Amino acid sequence: MNTLTAAWHWLTDPAHWSGDDGIGHRLLQHLALTVVCLVISCVIALPVALVLGHLGKGGALAVNLSNIGRAVPTFAVLVLLLLTPVGKWGEGPTVVALVLFAVPPLLTNAYVGMREVDRGVVQAARGMGMTGRQMLLRVELPLALPLVMTGVRIAAVQLVATATIAALAGGGGLGRIITAGFNLASTPQVVAGALLVALFALVVEGVFEIAERLAPSWARGGR
Amino acid sequence: MRLPPRGREQPRRPADDRRPSTAAARGAPRTGQHNAPIRSPGRSNETVTAPPDDCLARNEWICGAYIGSRRQILLDAVLQHLQLTVLSVLIGLALALPLAVLARRWGWAAGPVLALTTILYTIPSLAMFSLLLPLYGLSATLVVAGLVLYSLTLLVRNILAGLRAVPEETRQAARGLGYGPVRVLLTVELPLALPAAMAGLRIATVSAVSLVTVGAIVGFGGLGNLIYAGMNTYFKAQVLTASVLCVLIAVAADLFLLGLQWLITPWTRAGRARVPARRARARTEASRV
Repeated sequence: MNTLTAAWHWLTDPAHWSGDDGIGHRLLQHLALTVVCLVISCVIALPVALVLGHLGKGGALAVNLSNIGRAVPTFAVLVLLLLTPVGKWGEGPTVVALVLFAVPPLLTNAYVGMREVDRGVVQAARGMGMTGRQMLLRVELPLALPLVMTGVRIAAVQLVATATIAALAGGGGLGRIITAGFNLASTPQVVAGALLVALFALVVEGVFEIAERLAPSWARGGR
Repeated sequence: MRLPPRGREQPRRPADDRRPSTAAARGAPRTGQHNAPIRSPGRSNETVTAPPDDCLARNEWICGAYIGSRRQILLDAVLQHLQLTVLSVLIGLALALPLAVLARRWGWAAGPVLALTTILYTIPSLAMFSLLLPLYGLSATLVVAGLVLYSLTLLVRNILAGLRAVPEETRQAARGLGYGPVRVLLTVELPLALPAAMAGLRIATVSAVSLVTVGAIVGFGGLGNLIYAGMNTYFKAQVLTASVLCVLIAVAADLFLLGLQWLITPWTRAGRARVPARRARARTEASRV
């Protein structure tokens, strides 16, 4: 309990909230990294997954990609990128690693969502004379939306976690508070940083949960 | 257990730096003594012992001489990696099985158990290890405890999904044959839940292998220790070799469990009872970092 009290004192000390190493700056960095990389990953992964799902091709790749992503340690990828020329761009390795690890869940879920659309509905759409593009955008995408959004949610939570580990390899974000705490041998700071990170991750998860509840019923897929 | 000087920040170990007593830690490699590159860029004053045209001296990514000269360090790191992984997955399994069975038996318990596991799984690994720091200090136990929580989460969800997928008719047929509740559980429900449970076990094991590397923050990360040390000294061969070994361990563990599943579920080879496994897998696409 003493550590928790000390961590609370660390958190409530206004001196720790301001400045470049302050909580405020780190929080913004973490948020910016998460949002920017989520947008980049969606732009890369979703069109590919939707087209592949529509055509019904490349399924093995789309599904196995997330298994491969699980086997590759994030920390190793971050350090490998740091030692390549990418490492000279400041936040470059972090952004590349974040996008790399956010793409598999997006791709897999969007692909599975597209394939799980009732074939009868797709046949009916074709029977009504819809073109491929119309079927994709007006029939398959709306019906696949719940799973696509699940993918976005998993990717977002994953991004928060990956951005934390990026601090081990010199990246910015809330993880820096934890690594700095380790370097200063300050257990209260380590715990305070960990609480902030855990809270941030839970808030991100919660935002998606609320968005899902508020979404119109067709977007929830009636689940 | 001392890490070599870091590029950016000088590490100082918080709290107690006591030697760990757990079996998992016995294989801890003494990094720093052997694995600094012979000559790292920007540090010309280091002693050069190898011939200058060596791949170690040129700090190349792929280097046979590295593997040759550091065989013992690599072996120790792999051993520690395996010990941490196996220990945490086994403890996770031992805890997850009763939890899943209880959650299945008492319907009201399923909601809280699943909610708790979701919350645990959302917490990033670095934060999880850090939150456990006041409890376990800088020890291998800390890494194992963190990994147990993650494997527990994955296993409870999958075993529960497997138990729920057992058809009601099957259960009633067993009851009609005069099976008691315990016998139904042990000889009917658990075997039928096995494919889903094994799918969860594979995911948990592969995740644990990759998560052990984060344990490098407290000095017990198996191959992660080598990656961490290699990062601080810009030792490319060490980082790449350790990373590749890590992926190889994950793939080997996955194949081993796949083979084990093939051996212990002979009935699925007839082409039936595969549905629960596939359904459960679709729900666990998330991975943790």
